[in-house]
Amino acid sequence: MDLFEHQGKELFARYGLPVPVGEAAFSADEAVAAAQRLGLPVVVKAQVHTGGRGKAGGVKLAADIDEVRRHAEGILGLDISGHTVRRLWIEQASDIAEEYYASFTLDRSARQHLGMLSAEGGVEIEAVAARAPEAIARIHIDPVDGLSAEQCRHWVRAARIPGAAADSVADVLAALYRVYVDADADLVEVNPLIVTSGGEVVLLDSKVTLDANSTFRHHDYAAYDATQTRDEREQAAHAKGLQYVGLDGSVGVIANGAGLAMSTVDVVNQVGGRPANFLDIGGGANAEVMAGALEVINNDPAVRAILINIFGGITRGEEIAVGIVEATGRVDIDSPIVIRLDGTNAAEGRELLEPHLSDALMMEPTMLDAARRAVDLAGAGDGAGRS
Amino acid sequence: MSIFVDERTRVVYQGLTGSQGRYYGLLNRDYGTQVVAGTNPRKAGTDVDGVPVFATVAEASAATGATVSCVFIPAPGVPEAILEAAEAQMELVVVITEGVPAHDEALVFNKLRRDHPGVRLLGPNCPGIISPGKCNIGITAGHIALPGGPVGIVSRSGTLTYQALYELKQQQIGVTTCVGIGGDPVPGTTFVDCLAAFEADPETRAVMMIGEIGGSAEEEAAEFIADHMTKPVAAYVAGVTAPPGKKMGHAGAIVSGGKGTAAAKMEALTEAGARVGQNPTEAGQLMVEIVASL
Repeated sequence: MDLFEHQGKELFARYGLPVPVGEAAFSADEAVAAAQRLGLPVVVKAQVHTGGRGKAGGVKLAADIDEVRRHAEGILGLDISGHTVRRLWIEQASDIAEEYYASFTLDRSARQHLGMLSAEGGVEIEAVAARAPEAIARIHIDPVDGLSAEQCRHWVRAARIPGAAADSVADVLAALYRVYVDADADLVEVNPLIVTSGGEVVLLDSKVTLDANSTFRHHDYAAYDATQTRDEREQAAHAKGLQYVGLDGSVGVIANGAGLAMSTVDVVNQVGGRPANFLDIGGGANAEVMAGALEVINNDPAVRAILINIFGGITRGEEIAVGIVEATGRVDIDSPIVIRLDGTNAAEGRELLEPHLSDALMMEPTMLDAARRAVDLAGAGDGAGRS
Repeated sequence: MSIFVDERTRVVYQGLTGSQGRYYGLLNRDYGTQVVAGTNPRKAGTDVDGVPVFATVAEASAATGATVSCVFIPAPGVPEAILEAAEAQMELVVVITEGVPAHDEALVFNKLRRDHPGVRLLGPNCPGIISPGKCNIGITAGHIALPGGPVGIVSRSGTLTYQALYELKQQQIGVTTCVGIGGDPVPGTTFVDCLAAFEADPETRAVMMIGEIGGSAEEEAAEFIADHMTKPVAAYVAGVTAPPGKKMGHAGAIVSGGKGTAAAKMEALTEAGARVGQNPTEAGQLMVEIVASL
């Protein structure tokens, strides 16, 4: 789950971390009212779950109320890397003297946490890593030990953070690590972490991704879940508890298991088609789940053929076949369906499907054959996809 | 031979009294696995279809000689369950449970590395391990695998593993052991661990490896293959066409910052000398060719 910048900052503030004072706004009027309460100058910032806001014109300084209104109107509705701006964060402008970078994430290959700190902040860290990898001080943190104050001081020196700010930055890092652990974050990133001309250290931006698996101990995360960026299809699938990712083609994909679903998407591409989605219905394939999946795919106007790719393991082929037949009876499907059914008791399953086969419901013996058939049905010349 | 588990392996199921634990525990027993005990502190002294239930893993182990544990506990209780098994000196802890937070996984893995270096953790969020004809621990459908050899399988994905087992069986090719390492960010057992074990197992003469996008486990496997494997490897990596920044079902399966792409993984594996298929069927065919030439 991705947090908006302001949600991340509100989380930081709960740990006593210094962030600029601000307010969320959903219209130009709200932005103006917020600026009047906060005092000028303010920064009007687009709240989207993607980077590169500054370059896209999504972050603007406003010296007076007219400017606040003009910028708010300009930024609301702006498209930033496919994300439409619907919310703003209005915050008191900061006076920047220095810009640093700090982050915590999991290093999967070391199987420990990784902290990264650089005195060269305010730019993309990937660019710093490519140009001057020595400018990023990395520290591995054993989750059993945590991060000590002494380690923070060493780390700050290794990153060549100037002496005047060193102690404050070390304190910020220690608190930020607590946020990262307590919040079950996949990523906590602050870029830039600034020093003002008055010598104060302030977290001027936030990028926080939370682990959706941790919601059982964070009951307040439902509020974050409600603000995730999903297209209509993804929203509908999410409501049904389906693992769905929207793509831009015309072949709807249903498979059981994440690996098989990913593989099905690959194979559709390999035989010259374009998948409309990734959809994993999980281990079983009962009629209810299958009907829900078909409904979500059927509501996607770009879909012109549906590929159901099921491999029976513990779940037997005949149960899957019954599920598909029942589901197609419940939902009125606009596109032809191609089924590949293999694995445990596949022969029995196919026999059950046989009497229901038509030019709306087809069966193919292998994954490749089924993908070819579905792509063929979706129509040649499907180069354009969704606009 | 096989790796990690065989016909002598005695297994205790933590969570045997729950619906999933009971269902798969008894299926595993039907397959021939020595399912000797279950645990549940509130149901000690009872039994599940004849399998005795104990309060703790230590008691179960003392009474039945279990040396491997299989965990079907809901996600919030998983860290404690793993540590309990480790303290009872289980050699292998297989965690089927999905949805365990990554921070819990990292914490427990590092605790084991420090305090219980002799304990092997498999999972969380994995289908388990099967040495066909000998022992099946977890949720793999045992009958889709042909016992014997010469192929060892290691995979990050459940259904693709089943598909691989099934395709090999159709070709009358046997499997020594099939290990599902799971798709989570901090797997207890990695590709490299399994490749090393297969390399050392005299009965395994070729290895099939199924990877997916995200992380760098496949690249590390490629390095190991280049430096240490004498046995041939056929590989497949799912998610070639996955868009960056989107999680594809598994918590680990995400392409971020241009890293963890299937293309990079396939290239690394090819350079390491593995034969890489473009889809699961092709990888299966490559394995058929490899086995024919052994």
